Amino acid sequence: MATLSLPQSSYIRDNSRTFTEWLKSWLLTVDHKRIAILYLLSINFFFLLGGLAATLVRVELITPQGDLMSSDVYNRAFTLHGVIMVFFFLIPSIPAVLGNFLVPLMIGARDLAFPRLNLLSWYLYMIGGLFALIAAVFGGVDTGWTFYTPFSSTYSNSNVVMTITGAFIMGFSSILTGLNFIVTIHKMRAPGLTWFRLPLFIWANYATSIIQILATPVLGIALLLVVVERLWGVGIYDPALGGDPLLFQHLFWFYSHPAVYIMILPAMGVISELISTFSRKRIFGYEFIAFSSIAIAILGFLVWGHHMFVSSQSVYAGLIFSFITMLVAIPSAIKVFNWTATLYKGSISYRTPMLYALGFIGLFVIGGLTGIFLGVTAVDLHVTDTYFVVAHFHYVMVGGTIMAYLGGIHFWWPKMTGRMYNETWGSIAALIIFVGFNMTFFPQFILGYLGMPRRYHVYPPEFQVLHVMSTAGASILAIGFIVPLIYLGISLRKGRIAGDNPWGATGLEWKTSSPPPTYNFDKTPIVTEEAYAYPPEAAERDAASWRPGSPL
Amino acid sequence: MATITHEEAHVHVHGPELQHQFETPEQQKEAATLGMWAFLVTEIMLFGGIFMAYIVYRWAFPEAWEEAAAMLNTPLAAVNTVVLLVSSLTVALAVNAAEEGNKRRLLTMLVLTMILGLTFLLIKGYEYSEKFAHCAGAKDPISWITGSDLHESHECLVPGRNFMFPSEHGATSSGHGHGAAKTGLMQSGHQLFFFLYFCATGLHAIHMIIGLGVMSTITVMALRNTFSPTYYTPVEIGGLYWHLIDIIWVFLFPLFYLV
Repeated sequence: MATLSLPQSSYIRDNSRTFTEWLKSWLLTVDHKRIAILYLLSINFFFLLGGLAATLVRVELITPQGDLMSSDVYNRAFTLHGVIMVFFFLIPSIPAVLGNFLVPLMIGARDLAFPRLNLLSWYLYMIGGLFALIAAVFGGVDTGWTFYTPFSSTYSNSNVVMTITGAFIMGFSSILTGLNFIVTIHKMRAPGLTWFRLPLFIWANYATSIIQILATPVLGIALLLVVVERLWGVGIYDPALGGDPLLFQHLFWFYSHPAVYIMILPAMGVISELISTFSRKRIFGYEFIAFSSIAIAILGFLVWGHHMFVSSQSVYAGLIFSFITMLVAIPSAIKVFNWTATLYKGSISYRTPMLYALGFIGLFVIGGLTGIFLGVTAVDLHVTDTYFVVAHFHYVMVGGTIMAYLGGIHFWWPKMTGRMYNETWGSIAALIIFVGFNMTFFPQFILGYLGMPRRYHVYPPEFQVLHVMSTAGASILAIGFIVPLIYLGISLRKGRIAGDNPWGATGLEWKTSSPPPTYNFDKTPIVTEEAYAYPPEAAERDAASWRPGSPL
Repeated sequence: MATITHEEAHVHVHGPELQHQFETPEQQKEAATLGMWAFLVTEIMLFGGIFMAYIVYRWAFPEAWEEAAAMLNTPLAAVNTVVLLVSSLTVALAVNAAEEGNKRRLLTMLVLTMILGLTFLLIKGYEYSEKFAHCAGAKDPISWITGSDLHESHECLVPGRNFMFPSEHGATSSGHGHGAAKTGLMQSGHQLFFFLYFCATGLHAIHMIIGLGVMSTITVMALRNTFSPTYYTPVEIGGLYWHLIDIIWVFLFPLFYLV
């Protein structure tokens, strides 16, 4: 194994002589791996920005009075947090970074089907982000990330149009990425790579892409109508002018509920890879996991009404939405049970990515089960717009998506950079994040159940203990996010050379060098076996030959 | 560099149109076609939002919508429908010509398509300007531009603060003993109709302009002899896009003008 030095030529190295040439080679690249790195940098930038807004919110909530900011500033702070985190971090995070990097590698292709479209997606993302940033700099927006009408369309006097334009443009970036993935997965698979030999990460991204291309345009038109209504002064959503504000909610959630699955499905794909690799076992129930992704994608389109139980939506519609919401639990549970069954009798190694994966399972179970509480109309009426809802979706989005995103970044870091990160610090950071996360959001379940409404900057004094606990947890969580930045940064220069396959994982991406060459594979690989082809005795052999200090 | 020779090897084996990430021209063509179909699906979902709004408000204001639809210029729109349907035919013939490698006919058909597309936009523009002219108090766009024959406007169908549905309709509805609230509701219904009309047809017109851009790009490519009987994918997928624009109009026309 060539573990002494990085490969002579790779996608990161180039022979540009001047700085401008180098900059051009990155900003005009059509290489999916370089575009993934561009996304990695920009998405993490937006993550830090959204985190900063969250910090403001949490600091304000330490005391029951509004002493750091006025209610208006507070509204703008949590809206900034929501808009940035949802549209500019969670939705693109795993597909645009890991998906872009891995989809062609995993299916043995040289690139995505439309490399230039891929670059365009990144530029659209950046332009959308720029709009959101400008809106924030010039006073922000106070509608919440949901832009509910008629407040957003008629009454709010903040930068609604600017922010919505940003989200609208970002939507097209998301659509184009999804389109690119669908075509690539259909048409670019290496010879012998049948659908049921695909890694589950590919299945997950395929399901995600279907949601992206079907749902995002609807958000586009819903937001476009808000903008037109604001600029033109006509009421398509304004009841005073004959419009129907519920129409906006329907159109908005027709996108935004599936969008939740845009966030979680790729995360589940990552987890399938991690669990299998670090248990040394073929995944349990491959077909079930694959089809549960598709099932979640389809069901996801039929449950938007559960965000509207307390709107004037028909009670009978509510009942049906409630029932279909319960159905989503089935494919989700199938995944969790299959992951745990994969762990059974596996040779489990607690490496950093695996810590994130195990953390994911625990947090996702809590997030998912509280989702079922919320799907029951009777319970939902009690806790609508309280911290219970806030805690629930943070468990799914932060505890689910971010855990998987970080786990995936760590797992494929050696492939992306050719170097290993510091394992000790990696484990410590993973534990800090797990503890900090639970400390931040578990008290919010209790807060919400006791009646603390979301989006308020003042609250009755009896809630203070739980709020302080939550803020303390958020500080720990923040440390947990900063530590990886440091050791991953250091690893770029000082990290041990990883070699092609440091984890002993299966999968085509591990068959090429780390970092991969520009065209991924010297020769198009031919696939002759299933995705997680660990021999039956792999786990036992692995356990028997385990020694301290080995990479696994 | 190993990677460069790799690319060169490909260029030698196949035509220059084969991009590096594909193995065979067939694969490239299938990918492009599938990509276009997937994109058309997103377009349909985009218009789907507007159709949804249409259904909701037609349901809410059936009478107002019936009255409002009568105010649109149906003959012009009918002409436009014919124009678009013919352009669909010319696009299909263009694809056929490209398939046969007949450059002359391909160019003729592409130019014809663009002329028809422009005609559609001009007629649509005239229809719009009629509505705006009425707001300014002119009888038709020409007297609006020349500034002659201006008077107090009694009709303004462009949604906004000045929106005013012709008074005779308002008078008949109040003549039947409906209250002021009912009249206000009718006014809202009328305005919503025209709001959706401008949004839907405006969005469609934007697609038409993009379609014209696509067609002119293909024309330039054809002039440069890019296409051959073995490679004419851009003509084909450009044609698909054009057909989508047509078919959306085929739905918009009856929904707004006829029903």
